[in-house]
Amino acid sequence: MSGQIQWVAVSVFVFFFALVTVMGFVASRWKSGPVSEHLDEWGLGGRQFGTWITWFLVGGDFYTAYTVIAVPALVYAVGAYGFFALPYTIIVYPFVFAVMPLLWKVAHRNGYVTAADVVHGAYQSRALELAVALTGIVATMPYIALQLVGMGAVIKTMGLQGELPIVAAFIILALYTYSSGLRAPALIAFVKDIMIYIVVLTAVVVVPAKLGGYGAVFAAAGDAFAVKGGTTGLTLHPSLYLAYSTLALGSALAAFMYPHTLTGVFASKSAGTIRKNAILLPAYTLLLGLIALLGYMAHAAQLKVSSPNEVVPQLFQTLFPSWFSGFAFAAIAIGALVPAAVMSIGAANLFTRNVWKAYINPAITHAGEASVAKITSLVVKVGALAFTLFLPVQYALDLQLLGGLWILQTFPALVFTLFTRWFRAEGLLAGWLVGILWGTYTAWSNGLKPLATITLGETGYTFYVGLGALILNVVVAAVASAILGRRSPAAEAAARS
Amino acid sequence: MIRLLLLVPFVGLLWVPFYNFMEPTLFGFPFFYWYQLAWVPISSLLIWLVYRSQPHDDEAN
Repeated sequence: MSGQIQWVAVSVFVFFFALVTVMGFVASRWKSGPVSEHLDEWGLGGRQFGTWITWFLVGGDFYTAYTVIAVPALVYAVGAYGFFALPYTIIVYPFVFAVMPLLWKVAHRNGYVTAADVVHGAYQSRALELAVALTGIVATMPYIALQLVGMGAVIKTMGLQGELPIVAAFIILALYTYSSGLRAPALIAFVKDIMIYIVVLTAVVVVPAKLGGYGAVFAAAGDAFAVKGGTTGLTLHPSLYLAYSTLALGSALAAFMYPHTLTGVFASKSAGTIRKNAILLPAYTLLLGLIALLGYMAHAAQLKVSSPNEVVPQLFQTLFPSWFSGFAFAAIAIGALVPAAVMSIGAANLFTRNVWKAYINPAITHAGEASVAKITSLVVKVGALAFTLFLPVQYALDLQLLGGLWILQTFPALVFTLFTRWFRAEGLLAGWLVGILWGTYTAWSNGLKPLATITLGETGYTFYVGLGALILNVVVAAVASAILGRRSPAAEAAARS
Repeated sequence: MIRLLLLVPFVGLLWVPFYNFMEPTLFGFPFFYWYQLAWVPISSLLIWLVYRSQPHDDEAN
């Protein structure tokens, strides 16, 4: 099967890919604004996206192509534990509802474009601003690389060999992001999300019907895990309870610290837009839960895969006619373009506002900001492409895992300021540093696993390293702020006013 | 006070012993799966209840 080019699938795939390419270039005229004259236009689409555009955009860049490949792959490999993505993407929304409208208001009032802008505005600390900006950029790069991995998995299944297709796809993406900015992924997200909904809803009806119903699907997966043993299974092994819930909570708190999700928040036109989206976005979570089940369907279909990332492409290839798998693969590949574009824009905004403007050219004009950001978005994408072409895929996976841990450490600096001014910049910086160092060291010494175990008394507790690092981060920030506050309350108050 | 409803999904989903069972199944789905899927619409509903109770300061546009 692989090696043989699937011409029908390839044709359908190329048709949809060409369609979104045209849309990407046309997008610069959509809801028209002077794209090159102001970073608000290129980097935030003019800060005018209403409820539905924001729904498609955030849905399109939060639930990435990599998710569609990786979540079923994990569920296929280990069972219930892989489902932590479901509670994670549910509890994230009460958090978004409570916090993100406040963040939007601060950004809107002051013309902020990035998280680091907000932090600098609140604490007047260049060091803390730089810490938040660099964390965002570094955490985003491997995430972009993983979108390419997702795209590569489906292209390979269609029998196209070599690196050329993926390089071509990425150059096209880079060019229309350069010319249209955030408007391109916002417009393409409509097509991508509708295609993904069609694919997944079809799959969750048709596949179980072919395999004897959901009861049979779960039974087949249960049998596979019974053979496999260990901590796999259809329910959680008791040793994984805490790991499951801390991963869900930690991931939920980290999700909207990333530049690509925050870009979606800042680009919306009102705080109410974000509140309504907190109610409407869970529709995608339902979809994600169903996508995860593809991992069990692969057991029922008795697929033999050489790597778990092939589970989803192989399942479509095996159970559907060629034209439909081409459609599904196009949905996944386009699903990689939207987040990759928004991520590169988010990273470019950070570099422009919090590195270039802060350190290289403070007198930069609005048009100058837009052009620096456009060029940076190209550099970021070339970097991610080089990453996937020249380094093993495992590096991208490991770095993305560490990226989640790192981005979570910007939480106190960004979120606490919305509720209190008690914390000091130096304290937050110290907390950030300790969290990152401890988290990275712990994950590293456990062989780059997201979980660590501490033993209290007789029992060991296994938990998500990122959340442990965040707790440490907050404690250090609080203690340092308390000490600084006692030493120089008057000086601090004067510095602030 | 109604804002406390936003905490309910955290309790329902982060305490795993609540739902780590196979039975009862629903449409072939073990309890572990349909329980968590059911929290998707429940959470939306809870957030909507809080949304509805708030003054809509900036929703004119």
